[in-house]
Amino acid sequence: MLIFEKSRPGRGICALPGNDVPAVLPSQKDLRETKLHLPELSEVELSRHYTELAKKSHGVNDGFYPLGSCTMKYNPRINEEMAGLPQFTEIHPLQPAHTVQGCLEVLKTAERYLCEITGMDAMTLQPAAGAHGEFTGLLLIKAYHESRGDKARTKIIVPDSAHGTNPASAAMAGYSVVSIPSREDGCVDLDKLREAVGPDTAGLMLTNPNTVGLFDKNILEITEIIHSCGGLCYYDGANLNAVMGVVRPGDMGFDVIHLNLHKTFSTPHGGGGPGSGPVGCKAELAQFLPSYRVAEGEELSLYKAENSIGEVKSFYGNFLVVVRALTYMMTLGKEGIPEASKNAVLNANYMMNQLKDLYTMAYDEVCMHEFVMTLDPLKNETGISAMDIAKGLLDFGIHPPTMYFPLIVHEALMVEPTETESKETMDYAISVFRDLYEKAHQDPEALHMAPVTTPVTRMDEVGAARNPVLRYKFD
Amino acid sequence: MGSYVPNTLEERQAMLEGMGFQSMDDLFKHIPEEVKIKNGLDIPEGMSELEVSRRMKKIAGKNRVFETIFRGAGAYRHYIPAIVKTVISKENLLTAYTPYQAEISQGILQSIFEYQTMISDLTGMDVSNACVYDGATAAAEAVVMCQERKRSKTFVSATVHPDVMAVIRTYCFGNGVEIVEIPEKNGVTDLEFLAANIDDTTAGVLIQHPNYYGNLEDAAAIGEITHGAGARYVMCVNPITLGVLKSPREYGADIAVGEGQPLGLSLGFGGPYLGFMTCTEKLVRKLPGRIVGQTRDHNGKVGYVLTLQAREQHIRREKASSNICSNQALCALAAGVYMASVGSEGLKEVATQCTSKAHYLAEGLKSIGFALEYENFFHEFVTISDKDSSKVLEALEAEGILGGLALDEKRILWCCTEVNTKDEMDAVVRILKEV
Repeated sequence: MLIFEKSRPGRGICALPGNDVPAVLPSQKDLRETKLHLPELSEVELSRHYTELAKKSHGVNDGFYPLGSCTMKYNPRINEEMAGLPQFTEIHPLQPAHTVQGCLEVLKTAERYLCEITGMDAMTLQPAAGAHGEFTGLLLIKAYHESRGDKARTKIIVPDSAHGTNPASAAMAGYSVVSIPSREDGCVDLDKLREAVGPDTAGLMLTNPNTVGLFDKNILEITEIIHSCGGLCYYDGANLNAVMGVVRPGDMGFDVIHLNLHKTFSTPHGGGGPGSGPVGCKAELAQFLPSYRVAEGEELSLYKAENSIGEVKSFYGNFLVVVRALTYMMTLGKEGIPEASKNAVLNANYMMNQLKDLYTMAYDEVCMHEFVMTLDPLKNETGISAMDIAKGLLDFGIHPPTMYFPLIVHEALMVEPTETESKETMDYAISVFRDLYEKAHQDPEALHMAPVTTPVTRMDEVGAARNPVLRYKFD
Repeated sequence: MGSYVPNTLEERQAMLEGMGFQSMDDLFKHIPEEVKIKNGLDIPEGMSELEVSRRMKKIAGKNRVFETIFRGAGAYRHYIPAIVKTVISKENLLTAYTPYQAEISQGILQSIFEYQTMISDLTGMDVSNACVYDGATAAAEAVVMCQERKRSKTFVSATVHPDVMAVIRTYCFGNGVEIVEIPEKNGVTDLEFLAANIDDTTAGVLIQHPNYYGNLEDAAAIGEITHGAGARYVMCVNPITLGVLKSPREYGADIAVGEGQPLGLSLGFGGPYLGFMTCTEKLVRKLPGRIVGQTRDHNGKVGYVLTLQAREQHIRREKASSNICSNQALCALAAGVYMASVGSEGLKEVATQCTSKAHYLAEGLKSIGFALEYENFFHEFVTISDKDSSKVLEALEAEGILGGLALDEKRILWCCTEVNTKDEMDAVVRILKEV
């Protein structure tokens, strides 16, 4: 039941004392005339309402969450506790610098660690999410070319295996998108890349490992092709969890990167956000970074980069998310960070190996932190699609893998166990996957109906889009 | 060092050997040696939880928490009912991903649907999205929403928050939209300038109400000028003020956006905050970001899903209405819980106390020689005085009070909310009398 249907006039909580000064209101012409319909509930009803909603939600703490490309690792509790310290939560963003030395130290230290992990020289923590970081990074590339008087570079090259935010971000930054097809093995086709580059190339956007979970061995050649034509290389950090402490984007030839602190650095997704999408760059691009940067001196202070592209958000980014990520990096440290990546890769290979005799792997070779299966053969044989298997997992308390991505693999399921899952958890998931495979052959009709144990069954999404009901209508 | 890897070294080795590998390094053999890190990362060694806790608390201790704050300018300290924090700490909500799997995400989807309803009720608009990053990015996205083929110029008032202006300009550096700044006149938007310069190539007009200086704009008149030229009217509003002030819809807005931080989010040194975006039904397909809709499952049971996804980047790629993917969902949840906990009357009370207290402090400051730059304000206002702004603020800081924001050597932007008591305001006047 919606909260509005539980509302009863006159109920509420007593949060505030009465007004201790004479009441003043704006003049009549600015006073609200339309009635407000905010809910009126007692605290106990309110509390139960949200407990009920929580019960109908599924977080990392509810079970295995192998959602490819999203790195749904465990969100350590100490991170939450540190981000909840009043000396962080109660700080106004416009306090004098000498009263926020702790906040500035958090920003500076996080910047330093993240630069080291990625091989970058400077970083902004202002972008609020991965896509926001992509947009910011592309503006750095734009500012770089414009600063050299090079206005002819209007195109960004994006492989067809890329996440949808890549082309969308390029378009927002005013670029036209050149999509290049991937090779059969999911890697960049060097010949196609050479054909695509030219004096109009502003840059290339790439993830490595790529979206099919493979490390592109030709990476140095790829970045060299872009650099030799005058373009810059942008690294989408979505898949950094595979290679931390093993290899750095900066050493692969990338000039600009974004990270997803809510993936790789263990901050919770909050049902869709807030994330944090820091953008790092090589020294020559640092002058274009969004303000503010933290300057070291007798005391820390904030300054604007000289040729800054300007702000991409108010203030300094999702600061409390950065506190969580810094807590995480301090906990893991120089050995723990590579250990996390290595175990993420180990877990992915373990699951892939235990499934590949039944399920068809899109690429049957050593994978990085995730692998992609194609359910095309199963669908042809039984009519059971990637969607059906995904929905079948729901009845076993497992969040499905990412479905139908990347677009270059038909009936794709992309599995990313992460390093924070135990062998038993994976063994359970493996057994469920195998059982579903059997069920696909024996009783496909039942699988088409899955899930059956969840609060609702499959939803009518077509109807939702055709006749949008986007809010509760009050009488 | 700390670690969140459950498998023991022996278990890892057994897993490796089961696949025919000798060591972890075998898994990374295909990565060219020349790009691999040779000597490890140059960051400190990991720590136990106790050590990390000590270290972070020591860093946090270098910040100063002000008991009393009279500074707003885009970030506001309001009272946050205890239940807000309780709800957003619930792990099923906190640790969930975006609700793409509707069957196990009904709680999150319903909370967003309720948020959409409350926010659109507050602004008086037809629809809301599930939120964007913050008020400034919401404004920048709204400018994009206004664009049409033959209309590519947008007027933005100089009286908006400087960060809003800056972010709009950054977004427009990307998309090439032309921004015309409407000058400020007597603390508000210069209507004559707008009327004289708006034309049929104008896509939109964006103002903030109350504006950066806390002043009430002639929002209805600006709406008329805007619509007279066939352009879209965007209002950036502070949601708290809508407990008392006319809704954007009542002023004629087509799009209403704003910073949602005052609705139950802590100051947090600037984030995470919440950008809300609402609009008329006509514009819904131009609205960026996620939207939740009501529908039914195969058994006819009412439920919720992410909908109208054809606008979004994962479907439309470079033709999407925006690139936004992750948003600030947990912040929208907090705002929803906040609105539900204060209710309609509570929000009206908060707004009334905010503006009443601002007027009380303004009167007090007037009585000791500060002049008000403009009289028609809500809960923020600008004083001018012969006293040096930095001296004024230092005197307050010495007494544990964070005063207003210095706009220049003589002008200060003050803010009051319901958490400021009469005693605190009297103390400000008493202290500043001596400066």
